[in-house]
Amino acid sequence: MRAQATDSVTVAMTVNGVSCSRTVSARTTLADFLREELELTGTKLGCEHGVCGACTVLIDGASARSCLTLAAQADGREVTTVEGLSEGRELNRLQASFRDHYGLQCGFCTAGFLVTATELLASGEAVDEARVREVLGGNLCRCTGYETIVAAVLDAADAGQGVRR
Amino acid sequence: MNPDGKANERPGTHVGQPVLRLEDDRLLRGRARFADDVDLRGQLHMRIVRSPVAHGEIRSVDASAAEALPGVALVLRGKDVEELGTVPLEQIGYHEIFPDLEAFGHPLLAVDRVLYVGQPVAAVLAEDPYVAEDAADLVFVDYEPLPVVLDPVEALAPGAPELHPGKGNEGARFERRYGDIDAAFAAAAHRVSLELRMGRHTGMPMETRNIVVDYDRSRDHLSVWGVVHVHDTRRLMAAMLGMPLSSISTRPTDLGGNFGVRGGIFPEYVLAAFAARRIDRPVKWVEDRAEHLVATSHAREQVHRIEGAFDADGRLLGLRDEIWHNKGAFFRQAAPLITDITVGMVCGPYRVPAYDGRIHAVLTNKTPSGAYRAPGRYEATFARERLLDSAAAELGIDPVEIRRRNLLTEDDLPWEPGFEIVFEPVSYNSGDVLAHFEKALPAADLEGMRAEATELRAAGRVVGVGIGVLMDKAGLGLYETAAIEVDPTGRIRVMTGGSSVGQGIETVLAQIVADELTVDPGQIDVIHGDTDLIPDGVGSWSSRSTVIAGGAAINAARRTREKAFRIAAGLLEVAEGDLDLQGGSVVVRGVPDRRLTLAEIAAAWDGWTARLAGDEPGLGGRDVYLEEHMNYPYGVTVVQLEIDRRTGGATLRRFFTSCEAGRAINPLTTAGQVIGAAAQGIGGALFEELAYDEDGQPLATSFIDYLLPTATEVPPIELLVCEDAPTPDNPLRAKGIGEVGLIAVGAAIAAAVDDAVGVPGLVAKLPLSPADLLALVEPVRA
Ligand code: FES
Ligand code: FES
Repeated sequence: MRAQATDSVTVAMTVNGVSCSRTVSARTTLADFLREELELTGTKLGCEHGVCGACTVLIDGASARSCLTLAAQADGREVTTVEGLSEGRELNRLQASFRDHYGLQCGFCTAGFLVTATELLASGEAVDEARVREVLGGNLCRCTGYETIVAAVLDAADAGQGVRR
Repeated sequence: MNPDGKANERPGTHVGQPVLRLEDDRLLRGRARFADDVDLRGQLHMRIVRSPVAHGEIRSVDASAAEALPGVALVLRGKDVEELGTVPLEQIGYHEIFPDLEAFGHPLLAVDRVLYVGQPVAAVLAEDPYVAEDAADLVFVDYEPLPVVLDPVEALAPGAPELHPGKGNEGARFERRYGDIDAAFAAAAHRVSLELRMGRHTGMPMETRNIVVDYDRSRDHLSVWGVVHVHDTRRLMAAMLGMPLSSISTRPTDLGGNFGVRGGIFPEYVLAAFAARRIDRPVKWVEDRAEHLVATSHAREQVHRIEGAFDADGRLLGLRDEIWHNKGAFFRQAAPLITDITVGMVCGPYRVPAYDGRIHAVLTNKTPSGAYRAPGRYEATFARERLLDSAAAELGIDPVEIRRRNLLTEDDLPWEPGFEIVFEPVSYNSGDVLAHFEKALPAADLEGMRAEATELRAAGRVVGVGIGVLMDKAGLGLYETAAIEVDPTGRIRVMTGGSSVGQGIETVLAQIVADELTVDPGQIDVIHGDTDLIPDGVGSWSSRSTVIAGGAAINAARRTREKAFRIAAGLLEVAEGDLDLQGGSVVVRGVPDRRLTLAEIAAAWDGWTARLAGDEPGLGGRDVYLEEHMNYPYGVTVVQLEIDRRTGGATLRRFFTSCEAGRAINPLTTAGQVIGAAAQGIGGALFEELAYDEDGQPLATSFIDYLLPTATEVPPIELLVCEDAPTPDNPLRAKGIGEVGLIAVGAAIAAAVDDAVGVPGLVAKLPLSPADLLALVEPVRA
């Protein structure tokens, strides 16, 4: 039995440091909540099956696929999207590294890669190319062939920063 | 690749430099606007009901339950839109050769028959996308299944089920011939023939198709977001809806990849526009990935029966190829263009004295196929390079040696074999493929790769090395437009008829214009995709934008410069000949403080002043660039591959690819294009397949079944971009390199598998799944 379209729930969460609350239909995904209710359209949908990683966001610092997460599941949690990464007018270290290394072409996958890499860098783990490729292996990019994305993440990891909480 | 990532320090010379991309800031912040990010007040969401059967008669369509669902505004059935006709095919010239072409056009919605799984049957419009999806499930269609035909060779056999009654399953056939082919085969010391199959895979951009349509009833005007080739789409949409061209405007958006497959006008686009007008509400349609896999154009699938005649030394005397090109159930907009290109590109970069090519564009009960990056070239290169490898084995010579003996050199120029590709005579007029080959192999460290593979094989591992040589054709499509406006604030707007599909065209055009106008690329805004600002244009495909849109931008910049000189001469009271352009200012030669910035000139030339002087106000210029010739980039791909004996998994231990670019406008976007294409070539050779069961049910309906290569499968790419052979016919001297990285990958991987297993000519099809590779490795192990 699918959830009734009319069943609604009130969800409250902190998104990119701003608390918000909305009443939405119970089956609203976190991706749709962010994109439609909060107009944070930087998070993209590439498959809605949990495979491509374009919709990746951080929930309490851990990466999650917002296409497979219900908005209600993020109730009371802290969510970070691509819009929450930059420091005001400046790109953060990781974003700038993507720009410097040509780590994007069409940019549709980019939010997901940035968020996935943010989690990796925040872990403080010492990484090498193989580890970066392994972690990014859950995100699909059809334009770049990954090489420049891997270089961008390695460079940002070298600089030892690139993360905003 | 390890770019320094720094913006160019030398002012005035941005072409050729790794200038940072203008597109990136908005994309990295999540501020770019893709079509799905556009929401209009009162918009309805469209959901398409698609055929679940591969071939069938429609007995009935019952939408009453869907229509009764709260929130549903409209359900369209085939009959509602039948009078609009089928999507018209592009007027390229094929209608004159094949008078029945339009019979294979795609209907907007099926009326009484469906021909493939995924074909649109009804369209539901609702207040909310979730409700639209629920309602689509409530449209009940009764199908009477018909026999299906899926294989392109079988589809032309007598007695095969006919898709378009009375028309046969051959939608078009091309024959391309030159030289005395019979004499070539009669004189041959060696003849080699192969049957090769290229699987079905496609572009698979990360953004699916989408469209948003706004309707202004007061003016009967449609605004459209989300289409790729805006000018063509607008023209065909206007024709189908019976509206004047000026009643449809496209609006710019960012685009999440195209690779050829989203370029056409699709039934869904016309349905969205039709519905918006019918119910006077904005309409949004966003395809989901499952739909994308069955309803956006597929590509590639071909069968080649290729035959080569060689003399005793392995020199090619002649080539024959009969090709079956599986077009799926309908012709897409540009068909049969890819069919034509395929048969024209079989000989590639080789000195082939006689050729006899024949290709059938075949209709089957699969998703319609269209262009996907390097269309026809990936397939034809796989076939030809396989043939050369088999011939080398038969002659007992090295695969390098047989290529050496047959590749075109400067002495062969101009190479004009005397046939046409897409109505343009083949004329390969610059470069030396053999010289490039001799440069690429040491750069690839072929000998090192081979020595290592031999060592590893001796240790019991399954490792091999393969090479593929390619020639591309780029820059098709006659012309492109550009206009430049200098604003009194100093910002410079470049309006291009080209389209941005994520390839960095904004940056590349800004670099070109920056050099012409001696300004910084950061001052430049590149506008595309807006038909109100740019009423005429062609678009980005066929690796044409740098050369053709770039050429137009140069011309428009030169007009801007001329106008600046003309106005400044009057204002500064000097002769135009005494003026120079430096640092974005018009300067009196020898008197550096007598200068006017371009912004000052633009400000001075306001409407009143300009009109009094009998001139057009403002500073700018517009122009077109005409290019009647294709250019022919070429390159070499070398791979070292290992097969896991237990799992059949393939690992690319080394991957080298080279190309002759003529001139690279931006080394980093060039590298990005080549590497990105190479990754797609790897996908087509080892991972991606749009397989069907025998009833015509697609087996790849999500990214769980359709495997795209990830960061763990795509190896670091070793790249050599040469600028040894500038193209003589264009002002940038460039060649289009958007596709070269892909073309020889399938061929090289197939050769590496042969080498690893130790059986030349073993691989006869792509892609090679782990199960396929196990089956190839196992008998050899036993
Ligand atoms: S959209 Fe969520 S993983 Fe693809
Ligand atoms: S940049 Fe286009 S999908 Fe990654």
